[in-house]
Amino acid sequence: MVRPLPIVRNEKMNLLIIIFIIAFSVTCFFFGKSQIKKIASINQFKPKALPHFYGFYLSLWCALPALLIVLLWTIFEPFIVKYFIISSLEQTSSENSEQLNLTYQKIKSFYLGTFGGSAPDAIKIGAAKYASFISIAQNAKIVLILTTVIGFLLIAFKKIKNNIHAREGVELIFKIVLIVSSVIAILTTAGIIFSLLLESIKFFSQINFFDFLFGLEWSPQKAFVRDASVALTAEQSKELGKAFGAIPLFAGTGFIALIAMSVAVPIGLFSAIYLAEYASPMLRKFGKPVIEILAGIPTVVYGFFAALTVGPLIKGVGDTFGLEVSSESALAAGLVMGVMIIPFVSSLSDDVINAVPQSLREGSYALGATKSETIRQVVLPAALPGIIGSILLAVSRAIGETMIVVMAAGLAANLTINPLDSTTTITTQIVMILVGDQEFTSAKTQAAFALGLTLFAVTLILNFIALRVVNKYREKYD
Amino acid sequence: MDLMTDTKIKISANHLNVFYGQKQALFDISLDINQNEVTALIGPSGCGKSTFIRCINRMNDVIDICRVEGEIKIDEKNIYEPGIDIVSLREKVGMVFQKPNPFPKSIYDNVCYGPKIHGIAESKDDLDAIVENSLKKAALWNEVKDRLQEPGTSLSGGQQQRLCIARAISVNPEVILMDEPCSALDPVATAKIEELIDELKQSFTIVIVTHSMSQAVRVSQKTGFFHLGKLIEVGTTEKIFKNPTNNMTQDYITGRFG
Amino acid sequence: MTKEQRLQKRYASEKRFKSYGIISICLALTFVALLVFKVLSEGSSAFVKTSIQLELNFDHKLLNTSKQPTKEEIEDIDFYDFTLQHILKVFPTSNRDEEKQLIKLFTSDFEFEVKKYFKANSDILNKVITLNITASSDLDQLHKGNYQRDIPENRRKISNFQLKIYDQLLEKKKINKVFNNYFFTNGDSRNPEIAGIGGSMLGSFFSILVCLIISFPIALLAAVYLEEFAPKNKFTDFIEININNLAAVPSIVFGLLGLGILLNVFELPRSTSLVGGITLALMTLPRIIIPCRASLKAVPPSIREAALAVGASKVQSVIHHVVPLAMPGTLSGTIIGLAQALGETAPLLLIGMVAFVVQVPGSPLDPSASLPVQVFLWSESAERGFVEKTSATIMVLLGFLIIMNSIAVYARQKFEKKWI
Repeated sequence: MVRPLPIVRNEKMNLLIIIFIIAFSVTCFFFGKSQIKKIASINQFKPKALPHFYGFYLSLWCALPALLIVLLWTIFEPFIVKYFIISSLEQTSSENSEQLNLTYQKIKSFYLGTFGGSAPDAIKIGAAKYASFISIAQNAKIVLILTTVIGFLLIAFKKIKNNIHAREGVELIFKIVLIVSSVIAILTTAGIIFSLLLESIKFFSQINFFDFLFGLEWSPQKAFVRDASVALTAEQSKELGKAFGAIPLFAGTGFIALIAMSVAVPIGLFSAIYLAEYASPMLRKFGKPVIEILAGIPTVVYGFFAALTVGPLIKGVGDTFGLEVSSESALAAGLVMGVMIIPFVSSLSDDVINAVPQSLREGSYALGATKSETIRQVVLPAALPGIIGSILLAVSRAIGETMIVVMAAGLAANLTINPLDSTTTITTQIVMILVGDQEFTSAKTQAAFALGLTLFAVTLILNFIALRVVNKYREKYD
Repeated sequence: MDLMTDTKIKISANHLNVFYGQKQALFDISLDINQNEVTALIGPSGCGKSTFIRCINRMNDVIDICRVEGEIKIDEKNIYEPGIDIVSLREKVGMVFQKPNPFPKSIYDNVCYGPKIHGIAESKDDLDAIVENSLKKAALWNEVKDRLQEPGTSLSGGQQQRLCIARAISVNPEVILMDEPCSALDPVATAKIEELIDELKQSFTIVIVTHSMSQAVRVSQKTGFFHLGKLIEVGTTEKIFKNPTNNMTQDYITGRFG
Repeated sequence: MTKEQRLQKRYASEKRFKSYGIISICLALTFVALLVFKVLSEGSSAFVKTSIQLELNFDHKLLNTSKQPTKEEIEDIDFYDFTLQHILKVFPTSNRDEEKQLIKLFTSDFEFEVKKYFKANSDILNKVITLNITASSDLDQLHKGNYQRDIPENRRKISNFQLKIYDQLLEKKKINKVFNNYFFTNGDSRNPEIAGIGGSMLGSFFSILVCLIISFPIALLAAVYLEEFAPKNKFTDFIEININNLAAVPSIVFGLLGLGILLNVFELPRSTSLVGGITLALMTLPRIIIPCRASLKAVPPSIREAALAVGASKVQSVIHHVVPLAMPGTLSGTIIGLAQALGETAPLLLIGMVAFVVQVPGSPLDPSASLPVQVFLWSESAERGFVEKTSATIMVLLGFLIIMNSIAVYARQKFEKKWI
């Protein structure tokens, strides 16, 4: 019988390893710093750099490769273990890959002590294998780390004896670290695209792409109860395909975004105009940060306000007029979202309006135009590309907003242009599908990633266009 | 009435003092501008010429910290009296700036902007006529008549400045103020504009601030010399340049300073 | 239209236009004011809790234990029965139903409060002590005035009998409001009267800590590279475009990233602040890089040239001279980025930090929720007792955000050099 080991052990071991590496490299630092003079005189060379650089050189060569190995090992260990366990299972069992995956999950949870009920023997044997694998892996890791640390230390030491320029060596390491840090940004994007694509491809292998993009019915609960191990009949497959039509989601997202923009654009633009053209310096100094406060309020607070105050208020008003208002109306969500977006429109517009040269305004005043005429007919047209850019960015923000719609809009995927109805958005559906228990092989879960991919693509395009527009505008006036 | 000649006094500044915050920029300026004449204001940089000219169309109102004391009369009416409508004033007194500042609109729209907001034109044909007239008066019509819809910014520097002059003319002002209109232009364009100014004075009263004394000699009938915010000497251009009364004027003209 | 009329019309239009601006600003501000007002008025009552005073005679015979009980014997004491006896002493009844209703006036685990007190104060044995026992959520809401009394009994949460008892307690002055320490020390709970944000505060704290540790160094290094060392080529442009894009990607996509890669591929523990912190770090990276680059750009070339002129290497000039000068802007950008991360909910929902977690997490590896997630969870609850708690949590959250943003603004204003 295998006694389940607590998972913390692996993390604790990692922590110990890291602490060891750091402690060792700090020792190397002091060693290098203090001993360089002696080393230099023994080997008959004059050190090209100050002592502390030799210390850094030794310690960085000790620590960095080893830490890198710790990171890579931690990332890839689960893969490799999973691969080995599953391939050993494959030899004895007749299950397909999905079922093997399930078995693997069960083995793992038994090992962790989170398995519910009594486990069949096959699982227990599997868990024993898993445990032995883990311990072999751990030992191997420790050996590898020690070898790395000592090995690189010796290499570095030899280089020092050969009178390398320590400061240049350290600076080179520094520059490499810099480049690696910058590449992480790319890795993040790659990670996003990879994770979204991976699941989306699985999704689109079950559901037709065009059924998804153009289908009019969204009812993913049809896919939920399905047993992943049983293959679909052709008829079931067709029916399933119809359950994932995303048009209602696109429509709902667009509709709520439209309501939001119809609040944010007038208020944001006029606020920006007033602050930029009419307000006293004192008011301008306080007005702009105060409006930016709206951007700093967490969206969950907006959602709270929308769901518990604005929604019921609208319903109350609607009821007194005899209108049929849903308690989760698109209007409530859209209004509150609009308020949240005001600073996006007003801040950028303010910058853009201020960038219009004063000479244009003076030309207009000199002709006897009033201030509002100047603003409407000279300043705003001149600032228009920048304002449009800011509006596009705001739209992108509205489309990607999650909490306000999750809390205040509904789950009803209906196609409606009535703001008093409830409608759902892409982001709401993603949250609803993924919060709670899920199996990653179900089409429903994968649908969430497909939605995420769509969202990512649309906001990317919007942001791209917006930035192009704003940059082109900047070229004109800078 | 100016006692020296038959010309009428169009603009009259009396004991004008202008302050930017605590700093005083103009000291007790009293100066008459004659109708249908070109009056030049000369002097070294920072002496207050631009400040003075911007008082005539109350452009200094745009600057918060600027304070004006004294009076400026146009056609015997003090424009600094409370209750004066600035919008109407600026319809009457136009301005051309140092750096050409056409609106980012088409040539046509640049010129018809003024008439449109003042409601001068009654129909599209009226508007077309005004645009054509103004561009002709600004000696630009022949060059742009085939491309009125192109942006004003697509013209050369000299053409842009003539466009700005056409724009100023389009509202039918009585006075045109010019603040160093040629300083950003090349000699050929400058010559064209000086020619234009000479013609324009038949229809308008022109006050021109200029850095170039030769320009003042070429275009103006009357000249005022400013220095450090004070009006040192004023008189006919001939007198100022040939036989100035004040020593400082003499020094400036002969190039000893400035 | 005469000239005069036209002029009047134009001036009227000017006035209207100007008023649009003022109205817009006022609308925006009114909304904020309404929000703050609602939160403050609803949430302030959460910081106190109703408690019932009960006299308890800790006679060892009543406790059914020896004169000097050992630790094991203390564990065996039936505090439920003990306390119930004393309740019935004050309000005697033989009716089972009424007895149940009496018990329902107290918090559901009232015996643990008594037990805890007993274990903490060993000298109370055989003494008579008056304890404040936390009231149940229904009584708490009644006492705070949130329940209507004059509606039929079957539509109320408090029965007529309970109301009678309540009035008696009020008369005897045995009901009072005390500071609600549970709100800050406890984790989530099904019972509103003992639910607290202790768990979610620590969850947020750990997440932000992990986020800071990961994102700040990497962002700083990346910004230094891009601004000072990167050659102007396609690769650098590509990195820059990536960073600018990431700053505008909706936060839920980062949640998908966390779910898809951190949880699914790397199999990190779900629902923990570690994963939450890493996800937030990926989101916060570009938001620190951009202001950091702006600060680096603002340092004039003369500083760098001066350093190089005394023989410093490029790396030295950057580390010793440029970066320290860019620190105020970088730090304030970092604090603002962390403040935004603190308020994020959607990504944390997707990586599972939405579990109902009763235990306060001890490390970033324990499952937890975060403050904004707690707001989300409680706002959906049907129980009246959670309404004030939701608003109170928002107050705490906004409080942290105000402090963080103020520090950022203050730091930038005080320490940033204005280059002429």
